[in-house]
Amino acid sequence: MTNIAAARTLYDKIWDAHVVDQSEDGTCLLYIDRHLVHEVTSPQAFEGLRMAGRKVHAPDRTIAVPDHNVPTTLDRQKGIDNEESRIQIDALDHNAREFGVHYYPVNDIRQGIVHIVGPEQGWTLPGMTVVCGDSHTATHGAFGALAHGIGTSEVEHVLATQTLIQKKSKNMKVEITGRLAPGVTAKDVVLAIIGHTGTAGGTGYVIEYCGEAIRGLSMEGRMTICNMAIEGGARAGLIAPDETTFDYAKGRPHAPKGAQWEAALNWWRTLYSDADAHWDKVVTLRAEDIAPTVTWGTSPEDALPITAVVPAPESFSDGKIDAARRSLDYMGLTAGTKLTDIAIDAVFIGSCTNGRIEDLRAAADVLRGRKLADGVRGMVVPGSGLVRAQAEEEGLDLIFKEAGFEWRLAGCSMCLGMNPDQLVPGERCAATSNRNFEGRQGYKGRTHLMSPAMAAAAGVAGHLVDIREFTVQPA
Amino acid sequence: MDKFTTLTGIAAPMPLVNIDTDMIIPKQFLKTIKRSGLGVNLFDEMRYDRDGNEIADFVLNQPAYRQTQILVAGDNFGCGSSREHAPWALLDFGIRCVISTSFADIFFNNCFKNGILPIALPQEAVDILMEDARKGANARMTVDLENQTVSTSDGQEFHFDIDPFRKHCLQNGLDDIGLTIEKASSIQSYEDQMAQARPWI
Repeated sequence: MTNIAAARTLYDKIWDAHVVDQSEDGTCLLYIDRHLVHEVTSPQAFEGLRMAGRKVHAPDRTIAVPDHNVPTTLDRQKGIDNEESRIQIDALDHNAREFGVHYYPVNDIRQGIVHIVGPEQGWTLPGMTVVCGDSHTATHGAFGALAHGIGTSEVEHVLATQTLIQKKSKNMKVEITGRLAPGVTAKDVVLAIIGHTGTAGGTGYVIEYCGEAIRGLSMEGRMTICNMAIEGGARAGLIAPDETTFDYAKGRPHAPKGAQWEAALNWWRTLYSDADAHWDKVVTLRAEDIAPTVTWGTSPEDALPITAVVPAPESFSDGKIDAARRSLDYMGLTAGTKLTDIAIDAVFIGSCTNGRIEDLRAAADVLRGRKLADGVRGMVVPGSGLVRAQAEEEGLDLIFKEAGFEWRLAGCSMCLGMNPDQLVPGERCAATSNRNFEGRQGYKGRTHLMSPAMAAAAGVAGHLVDIREFTVQPA
Repeated sequence: MDKFTTLTGIAAPMPLVNIDTDMIIPKQFLKTIKRSGLGVNLFDEMRYDRDGNEIADFVLNQPAYRQTQILVAGDNFGCGSSREHAPWALLDFGIRCVISTSFADIFFNNCFKNGILPIALPQEAVDILMEDARKGANARMTVDLENQTVSTSDGQEFHFDIDPFRKHCLQNGLDDIGLTIEKASSIQSYEDQMAQARPWI
């Protein structure tokens, strides 16, 4: 049972503020403030409502946007060639209009990856509960919102009742002390954390990221960190809101205004973990120990500093030995190879992990006046139409195009390749996305996860590089 | 949702750790707007070559395991995306129970919504069950939800834990939405209260 009077974590506070009903065994009915919906995980849920004669309980709290299947080529308006993709997007269009939810269709400039659109439009705010039929809903935790992915049955449950049946997770604190070294970004931090805790290290927990290095991050960086909480197995990731958060939220289309803003701010300022709150698990890393980090294998936990070599399967234990052997075979790598000697064929800059304006600026700073190495193809896919417009206003698109990159329209794109943006078998990609699973970016495609600057630099060099040994030219 | 009471069937061994949802059902099969028909594509990229031919040494392609109803898998089964297509594909193939040392959170939840029982057991127990599964079609495992036990073909029994509410829903094939709608007045009063306390939401 929750004791409201005791010292509480941020997670405890948000949880307590959303309990509608609690059973004796601790199972709670939790109220959901924002429900984000995309085309892949929602058609069966809307169909379920229709079959049962149910309505969307709170259409004003429900926001729909197509992102996974949308083409990112400039001829998008001509329609979608793949019939199944087209049917899925048409289904979302039909459902959004029939049930009267907020909706950003494919040709709206505000369209983009749902986890970029939500914060950008001010739907995501501190202290909220946010869910979506998508594991990267964890992204919204950067605002101090309790945000996590759900399956389609739960999507239907939320549509019908605006609640979820939940049991509370445990509290885990991940503290990054000190300051990040030059060249080390939020992406490196979160890869280093997962490399340390493993992909199941967060299972059963909600993680709060804290410490000086986290406080020093922009909202974009904080979203990158929380986005990958799921890759560490956690139910959700959280960062306590502060002035950085409030500055980001202020003035956004759906953020409160005037007296309501002040009232909201008063509550938001109470959203932090009390000094003597109880943590079930604590992990502390020193910022100065974190180097630019990349993955070598087919699990996000296969993360190492760029200065390392491909590990030998025998250096692991238990079931991970076979998994590492399988990874090396899949990735076409030999133990002992320096990571900086791994040649690449493609660069993908985008996704809900690193498709925001700051990410594009970081990549452009590396690419200014440079070109992709011979034989390397590159694609930049902004996270939303508004990110794309902002980048064009800053002239970043010209830098990308001059460097030989394709400058695409917004969508999930090659992060998972549900649209035609895919790797071909054997193609090796420096990617700013979140998963290096087998087949994720395309059948037999090989993915190395890294920061936008590292991916851009790898494209120029033709192989993975240490960004700290690469001159960067900010605007 | 079909009720889950007891299940006696063939168990297939998949000792690989971190079997992710992209392996269970790759992205190209997420374009469906239905829940059914995904069984043929379960573990697609491990099960078929590029031309659609079966890969003979993949466990579910072996004659002994074509009627598999139980999977015994390595740690952290179901990690990755929230796609409910993963349990839909398992169910459509005929798998009603997955046994591992640990499961990814969202996959674990999704199983219960589809009448699939995910059972987490200690490593030593999973090791024994994995060996039993390796015996093939002659070895049938039994899962008894009421008594919360898994038994090997030679009668070794392991007790597992399960949340009582989830057990009740599985045993009775209950629909969560129906249960929650019974609490409509609590939801309404929460909303009324929040309209006063935090109207900006």
